[in-house]
Amino acid sequence: MGKHVVCRVDEIDIKMGKLVHVEGRDIAVFNLGDRFAAVSNKCPHEGADLCAGKVFGFPEADGPGCYRVSDRLMVRCPWHGWEFDLETGRSYVDPNRVRVKPFDVSVSDGAGLAEGPYQVETFEVETDGKYVIVEV
Amino acid sequence: MTETDTLERPLTKVLPGAIDCDIHPRSPKLDDLMPHLDAYWRDMLPERDIDRLELTTMPTSIGSWALPGGTDGVQDAASLGKSLLDPTGVSAGILNLVNGVQALYDPYMSTAICQATNRWLASDWLDRDPRLRAGLVIPFRNPEAAAEEINRYRDDKRFVQIIALAMGEAPLGRRDFWPIYRAAAEAGFALNIQPGSIYRASPTQSGYLSSLVEEQVHQTQGFASQIASLLAEGVFTEFPEMKTVLAGSGAGWLFGLSWRMAKDWRGARVEVPWIKDSPDDIIARQVRMTIRPLDAPPDPADGAELIDCIGSPDMLLYSSDYPRAHPDAPGTWPAEIPAEYAAQICKANALATYPRLEVTP
Repeated sequence: MGKHVVCRVDEIDIKMGKLVHVEGRDIAVFNLGDRFAAVSNKCPHEGADLCAGKVFGFPEADGPGCYRVSDRLMVRCPWHGWEFDLETGRSYVDPNRVRVKPFDVSVSDGAGLAEGPYQVETFEVETDGKYVIVEV
Repeated sequence: MTETDTLERPLTKVLPGAIDCDIHPRSPKLDDLMPHLDAYWRDMLPERDIDRLELTTMPTSIGSWALPGGTDGVQDAASLGKSLLDPTGVSAGILNLVNGVQALYDPYMSTAICQATNRWLASDWLDRDPRLRAGLVIPFRNPEAAAEEINRYRDDKRFVQIIALAMGEAPLGRRDFWPIYRAAAEAGFALNIQPGSIYRASPTQSGYLSSLVEEQVHQTQGFASQIASLLAEGVFTEFPEMKTVLAGSGAGWLFGLSWRMAKDWRGARVEVPWIKDSPDDIIARQVRMTIRPLDAPPDPADGAELIDCIGSPDMLLYSSDYPRAHPDAPGTWPAEIPAEYAAQICKANALATYPRLEVTP
């Protein structure tokens, strides 16, 4: 397990995703507005890139036609619409078998990164920037 | 019956005391309905020369569709008893009338004829043989009146289900029909879907068909569309206690639909988020099918696998489909269905499907 600096926070627009590569893994990182989330990038259905998927609140219904959108944020696969919870990586339709791997994500100031246990693989960290850290 | 018996002597006849879930009475003629009509319709129906209520997809008056007992099918309760109920030894049989009342445009005439038909079924059939039960005919053109008709029979538990057509007024899931389902569910009626079209719309997306054989096989698409409609529009969600019984639909086709819907639900769930469980599970819980015809594979040895694919032996209900012609005599146990399922398919499943059905043990 290591903490990896994967990008600056301003590289991902709100509700958008970005593909990053950490220790041989393809990871989709999403900006949820108030926080970031990360899951393995490949949809278990037919392998589409989840980083290109849409981030949305989970639609529910109390009955036919009684729609409601919950706070639970999901990513919807761009190919066939399969949904994955961005906290747990699990699908709604088959949570135990259809799922992607979730990763812990945090945000850190550039200044702090000089001293911490972080691994910066691909770019220079500036002390005045904010960075997305993925734990793998 | 012990296991050894089963192995040595394959089951050939339906078990004594079985419940026959699909029997067809003849269609009533004007003279049958007259005593059950009000003054206005007693004047109007003869005035408009309405007599036979033949459905184009069930043309019992033409040769190739002629039924035993005359072109109109089984004449009365006594002859049904002699020709079917006595020889097969059933404890109960459900009469499902499929005729032209389903096709009428006039919502008020349709209501009047449905009401008269139900009274005729009660007085001329149910009152004359305690083994008989019936499906209630209701006017889908007039949902409020249909719901009232259901409520009228709430205490007459000989009526156990309501009759709809595979290709009737509209996709059955539509909210227009929900007052019907609400009344039915509250009183414990099942929804029975029979083969047949009323040609409101072309039976296929690409137009009308040329031959009878196409019409016959196309019924399957009608049933499949109705299951998809009832599921997607939320009828199964809103009325989970009401079973939907596909009668004479064949059974072998169902799993293609339920597997496909289960798969597509994974991506399309957001469109119908009230579907909270996988569609194949919902179908297995709420849809039942009669076993004649069965649409089974040619080798009877594959029957168990077919039932496994369909979902469960709980979903099948014994039926003769009498008097429609089938290769073997009514009461014959289908070789494709393993005898170990006979007890539940002959009786227990029907009792679980029809909460209104009371049978003396």
